[in-house]
Amino acid sequence: MYKVLLNRYQQGQRTSKFPKEEIILPAIYRGRPQLSALEQLGETKKSTDECIKSCPFSALALDGKERPSLNLDMGKCVFCGECEKNSGGELVRFTNDFKMGADQRDKLIVTSASSTHSKKSTHGDSTNGNELNDFLQARSRELKKMFSRSLQLRQVSAGGCNACEADINVLNTPFFDLARFGIQIVASPRHADGLLVTGPVSKNMKEALLKSYHAVPAPKMVIAVGSCAIAGGPFHASDEVLGGVMQLLPVDLFIPGCPPHPLTTLFAILNYFGIL
Amino acid sequence: MNEGLLPIIPGEAIPLSKIPHLHFYDFYNEVLAQMEDGAKVVQYFAFNDPVVDRKQLLLVLRKAGMGNRLLLALAYATNEYLAFSVHHKKFHLFERELYETEGIRPIGHPSLHPVRKQIELYPFYCIHGHEVHEVGVGPVHAGVIEPGHFRFSAVGERVHLLEIQLGYQHRGVEQLLLKSATSAWPMIIEGIAGDSAVSNALCWVQAMEALANISVSRELKIVRTLAVELERLSNHVGDLGALSNDVAFLPAAAYFGRMRGEFLNLLLLLSGNRFGKGLLVPGALRFELSSESADLIRAKIDEITPEIKSVGKLLFTTPSVQSRFERIGVLQVEQAQELGVVGITARASGIDYDVRVDYPRESYSELNLPIRTQKGGDVWGRAMVRFEEILDSLGAIKTLLGMLGRIESSFLQPSHSNAFANAFAPSSVIVTLNEGWRGELSHAAVTDGAGKIIRYKIKDPSFHNWNALAQVMRESEISDFPLCNKSFNLSYCGFDL
Repeated sequence: MYKVLLNRYQQGQRTSKFPKEEIILPAIYRGRPQLSALEQLGETKKSTDECIKSCPFSALALDGKERPSLNLDMGKCVFCGECEKNSGGELVRFTNDFKMGADQRDKLIVTSASSTHSKKSTHGDSTNGNELNDFLQARSRELKKMFSRSLQLRQVSAGGCNACEADINVLNTPFFDLARFGIQIVASPRHADGLLVTGPVSKNMKEALLKSYHAVPAPKMVIAVGSCAIAGGPFHASDEVLGGVMQLLPVDLFIPGCPPHPLTTLFAILNYFGIL
Repeated sequence: MNEGLLPIIPGEAIPLSKIPHLHFYDFYNEVLAQMEDGAKVVQYFAFNDPVVDRKQLLLVLRKAGMGNRLLLALAYATNEYLAFSVHHKKFHLFERELYETEGIRPIGHPSLHPVRKQIELYPFYCIHGHEVHEVGVGPVHAGVIEPGHFRFSAVGERVHLLEIQLGYQHRGVEQLLLKSATSAWPMIIEGIAGDSAVSNALCWVQAMEALANISVSRELKIVRTLAVELERLSNHVGDLGALSNDVAFLPAAAYFGRMRGEFLNLLLLLSGNRFGKGLLVPGALRFELSSESADLIRAKIDEITPEIKSVGKLLFTTPSVQSRFERIGVLQVEQAQELGVVGITARASGIDYDVRVDYPRESYSELNLPIRTQKGGDVWGRAMVRFEEILDSLGAIKTLLGMLGRIESSFLQPSHSNAFANAFAPSSVIVTLNEGWRGELSHAAVTDGAGKIIRYKIKDPSFHNWNALAQVMRESEISDFPLCNKSFNLSYCGFDL
């Protein structure tokens, strides 16, 4: 008993003050990508094309005919940094900003016009007032009302590489201490308010994922964690996977990364519920 | 003695023409003789040989007393043959896999159940009897872990049989690699098993370097070894935390859990990713290890070493932990030999095999690491092997940083594309072998006449060890399963591919 107490004393207080205090990750960390505006750079078409081609997973694309802009889809991106290497950091640069995550799939697309496109994604994007958007906003409001003070999630691993699962587990360690926000990972879908899905959804996991989803009582939400869960990641071209959770279930929150940094996951969930 | 089996050094490309092509009958007898002589299976798969335009079996064996040599055999495949598994359990899963992927039927195989495909049709063993009941667990588990199904046939709490059904994580990695552009390979290889991203990448780059005849500088080897050891540390430390959690000793669970993150953060300093993804490419590193980062790593190792020792002491001297770790999940040395297990699991059962010592590559020949073994083969043994290896690895990282001296950036090669400039050796085989944190990890590649890779085979150490977990559960209590499972901590995704 004394040994335990002594060790406890030696270990001290380790929980981070995030989100009250910012955490700065090392510059080498590949977080939110930043794209340079093409016209400012005076980039030749050739070097831009080469940069686009350097992405093994076609996450980069040109958009807009009159004023072409470069787009990077953080959902397809596995954050390998190859485009940054290719362009010498001129066209694409991965910043150490871990604050990523969006409530709609297309908000994961970063453009060279405004790289802050998908920040603060939950509210305020009402310019496009179509019916779908109204519906999504109403849904988001309801989820927020229901779960922002207490959220129980069931994790389902559906064919990934276990890195996402490992960094979700980390959220329960004393440094991140997910439970202090009222968020818990629970053992049964029947106790859960939603699913936290990782992996590209292998064909062999399709049925189990569907059953888990149906076992969660409504209203429920689905969070897709990691490149695989969003769009299939490195495995998107395989015949053995569906290529993302969206192929099977409606997704309320997308968290990019390969795997997402634990802070990214934490930020995205807190941001979604406006706890920040 | 080794008639027909070619001694090879792992990591060296061998032209197919230099390997004797055996007729199946000769191959069969030779393999049985080698197995009687104590050989273990490293790789066993089939491919379409471009030279003779026929399906060939490729077998790699390892054997004590061969120095750093493996034995390689090639044989013309038959449609069916008397299963090696009848005599040698080490072949059990290899032959199941061969049947599933190539349709080569091993006659007399005790259970040709699916490995990764059509798992919805899996024919479970069924024990009949008044008091026998079945408990099915998974694929979705209570914790945040990967999917797999465990079917217990039990009487009361006592397990008669555990059958482990995997394949839920099957992503078709080997097929996907063959149809993907080379630029996508690093990410797919690193996605075989995220907790072993660096080890898998190392196996792969060694294979590519041998095929493309790329030489590797000493500095590069040092940094790679460093990355592999950091990966080992993060996983071993995390496992000790998870084992503490499973015996409800929460202080150590919390401390080790946090310390695991410290090692992941060090990997992030090396590679920009907490799992070391994106660091390795053939013949180069994609990121510079700056002297500031090296100093940060050194300082962190100095800071954390006494903490690990102190929490380790707390864990291993607590009576409630001792009583739960000892004599639970015992894998006797005879069983371990028979099943051909590798890695921590083997060493905890007293088998002194460690690729870092027996087949040293990278900087391991300069490190002189000891092989840590335990006698009991129980949870305690597997925890203790981890703990001792943690201390060794902490020392190794300090040594490696010392060896690195002034950091040269000349071996940096920023982009993937540069690494594939050289053409691959045509019609060749390459087998690489490394000690991932779980144990012996091996990749093998075969090229055709134009130097194109026509078969890429990945073998995770878990492929040897899953059956051992099923064995130790027999006559144990169901409630001990989570603890046993965690003490093995095998890979689902590395197995399922």
